[in-house]
Amino acid sequence: MHIPDGFLDTKTAIATAVLSAAAVATALQHLKRNVTRKQIPMMGLAAAFIFAAQMLNFPVAGGTSGHLMGAVLCSVLLGPSASIIVMSTVLIVQCFLFADGGITTLGANIFNMAVAGTLTGYTVYRIVQRIIGSVRGKFAAIAFASWCSTVAASILCAGELAWSGTANWSATFVAMTNIHMLIGLGEGIITTLVIAGIWKTRPELLDRQFVGTKRFYEFISYGTIFTIGLILFAAPFISTLPDGLERVASSAGFDVRALKEPILNTPLAGYRMNGIITPELATIIAGMTGMVVVFILSYTLAKVVAPKSK
Amino acid sequence: MRHDFIDRYSRLNSRIHNLPASLKAGIAVGLVFITVIIPIYTVIYFSSLLIFLIVIAALSLIPAKFIIRRMLFLEPFILSVSILTLFQTNGIISFLNVVIRSTLCLFTMLLLSNTTPFDELIQLLRRLKIPALFLTVLSLMYRYIFVMIDEVERMQRARTSRTFTGNKSHIWKTRTVLISQLFIRSTERAERIYSAMRGRGWR
Repeated sequence: MHIPDGFLDTKTAIATAVLSAAAVATALQHLKRNVTRKQIPMMGLAAAFIFAAQMLNFPVAGGTSGHLMGAVLCSVLLGPSASIIVMSTVLIVQCFLFADGGITTLGANIFNMAVAGTLTGYTVYRIVQRIIGSVRGKFAAIAFASWCSTVAASILCAGELAWSGTANWSATFVAMTNIHMLIGLGEGIITTLVIAGIWKTRPELLDRQFVGTKRFYEFISYGTIFTIGLILFAAPFISTLPDGLERVASSAGFDVRALKEPILNTPLAGYRMNGIITPELATIIAGMTGMVVVFILSYTLAKVVAPKSK
Repeated sequence: MRHDFIDRYSRLNSRIHNLPASLKAGIAVGLVFITVIIPIYTVIYFSSLLIFLIVIAALSLIPAKFIIRRMLFLEPFILSVSILTLFQTNGIISFLNVVIRSTLCLFTMLLLSNTTPFDELIQLLRRLKIPALFLTVLSLMYRYIFVMIDEVERMQRARTSRTFTGNKSHIWKTRTVLISQLFIRSTERAERIYSAMRGRGWR
């Protein structure tokens, strides 16, 4: 979901560019202190690798870009700061050489995928890994974190489009998150299997010390940058609730014709579970149920990939 | 190399190619900015921009078929995101709005990337004081994209010549094995590159 030129207005373009520049600068500072010269070619090659891997998964020429984002793949293998830099270079090359993503929206694309994708993914990965802990936990964490990073990037993208006034929030949010929740499943599977492949053949590559010490300041900066992004692009919209269709229905007057009882009683019909009163709470709960389902799927995948044999 | 579709024509010899990179990049970026900001009813701007771009394209000696094919290939990306704008009042107008702007910007960037070698763009960024670490990663990445794509194609060919089943899950598994192998080869290649660079005096 690289945003092309012309979809974001000036304030959004500037805001995202500033946030991305801050995040990239933080990452560069962190790396300058902690990375050895030897690891720099590795970063360049990792970027080329991510680029090639994204091309591999291109399902159809043009149209739906349901391809591997690679933020979690990168951050698990190289650490979050290196991942931010690597993903940013991939996006820059895609923008300039492929016109995949505009130059005015480069800041937004970098923020959504390189910064937010990496930070969300890596944070979820570390938290889940700490909770579960075994090898299986590591892979469950990777799968779930990949899904989360994709969904987070799509939510921010929807928020930026809405903040620019290009598209209204309800339609964009629903469309983008639904599609990207599915794409996230693919990302989870691919990332987990790729890292499992590396783990089986060259496990020592997974222990690279790219992350470095003294992470406190980076933690604070990344946290601040990401929170500002969330406040600008996600928070204002999460609270608006009448679904686009319902709003159209009420304005066009045909909502009275909706059936009183649903034809089929699906458990989460209308994103509402029976007995819950506020729509906001219902949406949140439905969303969390979705997350739990994905987490269970991730754990199942981890069991397949790393059976607790012997 | 078949996969030089990335910037196949960036090293031609035309009046446009021989202009300095900073000029081309500056004009291109400036045009994109203006195109994004300017109100939609200034039709005269959009039409003159289109004419200007076509003239530049003609002067640059890039084959028209290439340009048209790239535009057609990239246009669905624009359309798929702009579909979202239809879901609001005055949807059609905003739809046309973004599609026109976006397509013109696309055309501009396409011309820029195909008249300027990427190395010159990196030189330009260095003069703009972008940190050296970032530029090193960027240039290494650019240089090795082609090597990676070669490698991917070789691995894909090897896979198809050894596989006789159309089993979906097998294809997914081998696809991921391909990616993990690619990464492992990248690490080995990176070590060789580092040694080579050190051997030539890079610090």
